[in-house]
Amino acid sequence: MPEQTEDIVATAAGHEPATLADGVPGDAEHLLRSMLRIRFFEDEVREMFTAGLVRGSTHLCQGQEAVAVGVCGALRPGDTMTCTYRGHGAVLAMGAPLDRAFGELLGKAGGLCRGKGGSMHFTDVSVGAIGSNAIVGGHLPVTVGAALAAQHLGTGAVSVAFLGDGATNIGAFHESLNLAAIWRLPAVFVIENNHYGEYSPLASTTPVRQLAVRAASYAIPGVGVDGNDVVAVRSVAHEAVRRARDGDGPTLIEADTYRQQGHSRSDPGAYRPPGELEAWLARDPILRVEQALAEAGRITKAGLDALRGEVAAEVAGASSAARGWPEPAPESLREDVYA
Amino acid sequence: MSEELNYRHAIARALADEMDYDDRVILIGEDVGAAGGAFKSTDGLYERFGPARVRDTPISEQAIVGAATGAAIMGLRPVAEIMFADFAGVCFDQIANQLAKYRYMTGGQVSVPVTIRMTNGAGAGFAAQHSQGTENWFLNIPGLKIAVPGTVPDLYGLLRSAIRDPDPVLVFEHKALFAIKGTIPGGTSLVPLGTADVVREGGDVTIVAAQQMRHRAVEAAAELAREGIEATVIDPRTLVPFDDDTVIDSLRVTSRLAVVQEAPADGSWGASLISRMTTSNFELFDAPPLLIAADATPVPYAGSLEAAWLPSTDRITAEVRKQVRY
Repeated sequence: MPEQTEDIVATAAGHEPATLADGVPGDAEHLLRSMLRIRFFEDEVREMFTAGLVRGSTHLCQGQEAVAVGVCGALRPGDTMTCTYRGHGAVLAMGAPLDRAFGELLGKAGGLCRGKGGSMHFTDVSVGAIGSNAIVGGHLPVTVGAALAAQHLGTGAVSVAFLGDGATNIGAFHESLNLAAIWRLPAVFVIENNHYGEYSPLASTTPVRQLAVRAASYAIPGVGVDGNDVVAVRSVAHEAVRRARDGDGPTLIEADTYRQQGHSRSDPGAYRPPGELEAWLARDPILRVEQALAEAGRITKAGLDALRGEVAAEVAGASSAARGWPEPAPESLREDVYA
Repeated sequence: MSEELNYRHAIARALADEMDYDDRVILIGEDVGAAGGAFKSTDGLYERFGPARVRDTPISEQAIVGAATGAAIMGLRPVAEIMFADFAGVCFDQIANQLAKYRYMTGGQVSVPVTIRMTNGAGAGFAAQHSQGTENWFLNIPGLKIAVPGTVPDLYGLLRSAIRDPDPVLVFEHKALFAIKGTIPGGTSLVPLGTADVVREGGDVTIVAAQQMRHRAVEAAAELAREGIEATVIDPRTLVPFDDDTVIDSLRVTSRLAVVQEAPADGSWGASLISRMTTSNFELFDAPPLLIAADATPVPYAGSLEAAWLPSTDRITAEVRKQVRY
């Protein structure tokens, strides 16, 4: 195995306060609400899964909310986003409705994809969430295509892809960044580095510790950011999006984060070294922005409780509504194969 | 006004005519632009339509197909070129898991009007990795349409239809046919996907064959006619959708079915066609159906071996003669 000296726990030990302002419109309270919506959504998904209401598997993103919310917070209507099978957060961050997202998980006719996609394929084209993909790296060439269309049609739109750390080892990653770079396409590639490719620690599969350095192969900027600091993520994304929109080509962002719930619902996370999860829980992206807001005197305990209560009620209402929806009619099986 | 062209020139003509018709049509692929295509089948398009619409790519088949898919979702009508159909192996995920499934997985939120052009076909000594008819790889992937033009007007008309189609269409251009000549009728001359061509009519046997094998089937039919055996030759022109009705109509007359294909038998369109015909129209058959296929080997290099691999006119003639005398 190539030598990698620094371990993940050491990375997580840094405990700096979350950033609260970056000069971009949209305050930290707004980003916090968006993160809470995702957190509570995923908590409810876990309940649904445990209750046997979710088919197949599901991949939760608790702990990674700041990456989705920070990046999508830098976009504007018309921009597009593709993401991984751990994509509930990203699709919700684009503005997909909670009830239709729950409906898709539950296999309901009113789900985002009419019950044809499920957890790993959340898509809501109306908000720019053009696809969640269950083939690692398989969506990256598609992201390049969306950027190509934006460039060709002159729409000014930017095409963003989220990808896992593991995706940087698949061929489609290389081909996509290379083509986007050579055509100077308006694309942004965001690595959600949660340090594990399924059960394998990054160090056992990847000879470089910082994945952003891979940008050098394509002569594009590679930027690292604390992925558990939502405003910091937005700030970095904002600059990458600006570059893309101005015709300066793609950027590779590496957001350092952690998946608190393991790979999938069948993963107890036994491969984690002792103390690692606890260290990352201590720098939970939601906790950090709440603490920073409280320390800055921008939110009170009562205000925070009220906000959490509001979002929890919103999520519970959406879940309850979706649970009551009908399943797809069997006749719809053959619809949507061809136009 | 009709015009005589060869198969190669019909490709460039169809592409140019669709690019004129719809400015959302763009071409992407390796050397499709400044070089005019590895087979010169996009010659002149770069000069006429410019580098924004005729885009040379790196050697990156995954990126080529994926970029076409993403661009199609966002409103373009891309035509991607995979230089040799065998190279579909390096972008199989993009075709099978992304392009083909995108509409279905999203519950019909998007259309994916992508055309992928690939050259297939044996006979020219390109050996195992540049000769295979990979169209059969894609038969078991719902969401794709597959065109296999065997003549100049069919190539021209099917390619234009493919580009206008709202779904992904794979168009296979057969290398052994690049020099054949044909006439494009006047007008837009679209050939609809899913419509077979009855090349020749006869009452004794129905031979179904596409591309290079269509031409050999016609030669075999002429030979058989000298012996008093009259064959109908049907060119399906598209494998998905497949025009079963034309085959059934012919079987009602001939009661005998022979399928000729430039591929091994297992998992092939010919095997599927025979399965469909015998399971739903068993009463029409007076003789066991015949699948004249290539051996189950990779395509060999040496001239003698490749000739033995490809179903020959003599083999088609002999096997059909035997079937008719069954």
